[in-house]
Amino acid sequence: MTRPLAPTKDHPLVRWTLTAVALGFIGLFLVLPLVVVFHDALGDGLTAALAAIREPDAIAAIQLTLTAAAIAVPLNAIFGIAASWAIAKFDFAGKGFLVTLIDLPFSVSPVVSGLIYVLVFGLQGWLGPWLAEHDVKIIFALPGIVLATVFVTFPFVARELIPLMTDQGRDEEEAAVSLGASGWATFRRVTLPNIKWGLLYGVLLCNARAMGEFGAVSVVSGHIRGLTDTMPLHIEALYNDYQYSAAFAVASLLALLALVTLVLKSLLEWHFAEEISAAHHH
Amino acid sequence: MSLVIEKVEKRFTDFAALKGVSLEAPDGAFLALLGPSGSGKTTLLRILGGLENADLGHVSFAGLDWLTIPARERRAGFVFQQYALFRHMTVAKNIAFGLEVRPARQRPARAEIKRRVEELLSLVQLEGLGGRYPSQLSGGQRQRVALARALAIEPRMLLLDEPFGALDAKVRKELRGWLKGLHTRLGLTTVFVTHDQEEALELGDLVAVMNEGRIEQIGPPGVLINAPATPFVADFLEDALARSPDTNLRSLVRARTIK
Repeated sequence: MTRPLAPTKDHPLVRWTLTAVALGFIGLFLVLPLVVVFHDALGDGLTAALAAIREPDAIAAIQLTLTAAAIAVPLNAIFGIAASWAIAKFDFAGKGFLVTLIDLPFSVSPVVSGLIYVLVFGLQGWLGPWLAEHDVKIIFALPGIVLATVFVTFPFVARELIPLMTDQGRDEEEAAVSLGASGWATFRRVTLPNIKWGLLYGVLLCNARAMGEFGAVSVVSGHIRGLTDTMPLHIEALYNDYQYSAAFAVASLLALLALVTLVLKSLLEWHFAEEISAAHHH
Repeated sequence: MSLVIEKVEKRFTDFAALKGVSLEAPDGAFLALLGPSGSGKTTLLRILGGLENADLGHVSFAGLDWLTIPARERRAGFVFQQYALFRHMTVAKNIAFGLEVRPARQRPARAEIKRRVEELLSLVQLEGLGGRYPSQLSGGQRQRVALARALAIEPRMLLLDEPFGALDAKVRKELRGWLKGLHTRLGLTTVFVTHDQEEALELGDLVAVMNEGRIEQIGPPGVLINAPATPFVADFLEDALARSPDTNLRSLVRARTIK
């Protein structure tokens, strides 16, 4: 006779199958490609791979990518906090519309968002003649790349913070004000500490995406090697030139930056587990 | 020096929370705002605390035009229903908050803040728990931390929103007696909101019965029981008190019925 199963337990076969499907899927679609990237990078040997990364155009691309991320991520952290603060803590007309707007970059194709900037700031665009007159270069230059990156990565921080801040309510802020705290002191001492983990998570995701963005940046950058090529664009250029192992070498570096981001996040979560759970429950 | 509320009105987008509320309470009063949910009692409390603006009306307290003072300068010690303790701060940091956010010129020295925190911890009988986080405390303990935090700013007035609402019956009973004693000791004008008739009549030396944004009657508990001004007050008090486990209150009601 078989032992009857507890009513809340699934049959072991179901559990095993589901686990196997999940693991197989992750392995096939996530881990394997990543392994291939690193493997192919070393196709011509480690020296060749390192040389591909040290080459001037590659270094320029790495610098441009890091610069664009270094500007776009803090901007989006500030925008994200401001938007979530407004949405979670206040009631105002048009709130639902604002929430929808925040999701816009997720739903619009990055290529379209890149084109928008070309249409606005490009030479033939609305502001083009005026900008040319005043010698301001946005399209095919760093400002355009930063703008496109900011647009595409805008939702990450806000999306992370809105549910968190809504959940926490405004009681603590009200308490702070009634205890005599100014608006700034309330934000710095009460709001910010309560959202810091969500904020960090949003910033890390935002950063990973900012460094990896291809579509929007591709439209506004103009693909000038050594000048306006970011890492993803540089990788594509190398690939199109049949320099496969060089392309994979730079790709490995980009993947590595993303992996570091993930490891960093996990480490922080593990180290501050207790504090994080305290921030979520009262 | 007394608390005088005159014709306070408050409208939210879809309904009128307060339709002209006036009352007077002497300095040092323990005033209960009693009423069913939606009667406007919490709105009135939040207006006194500066967390909500009144549309119309006037409040004077301690010789001040109360409603014109910004919330952060009002020094109204507010205890929230869910306590609203700062979850990322220790108990001691929570209590010290009101002192630490003062402008540099008015801020006590660090040692003085520490001493005050210790003093308040012992006042609310939580000695030795200063290093804990709110999540590590029981409901009753959190409630007392919230009270200590509100008292730290040397409030002109103490405002309590359903102070025992989130506690179980036994703890509620204990805290009630303790709070009454504390009020007697400190003599601080205190306004508290409750929907519990027994609680209001036992704690308050003045009870305002509210209904649909108006005050039906205000007076000492004995007067409310013996001479309810409106059918609503009579109904609202009688039902609850007849069932009350408190023999004093029950006999009051019975004496009245016999009369």
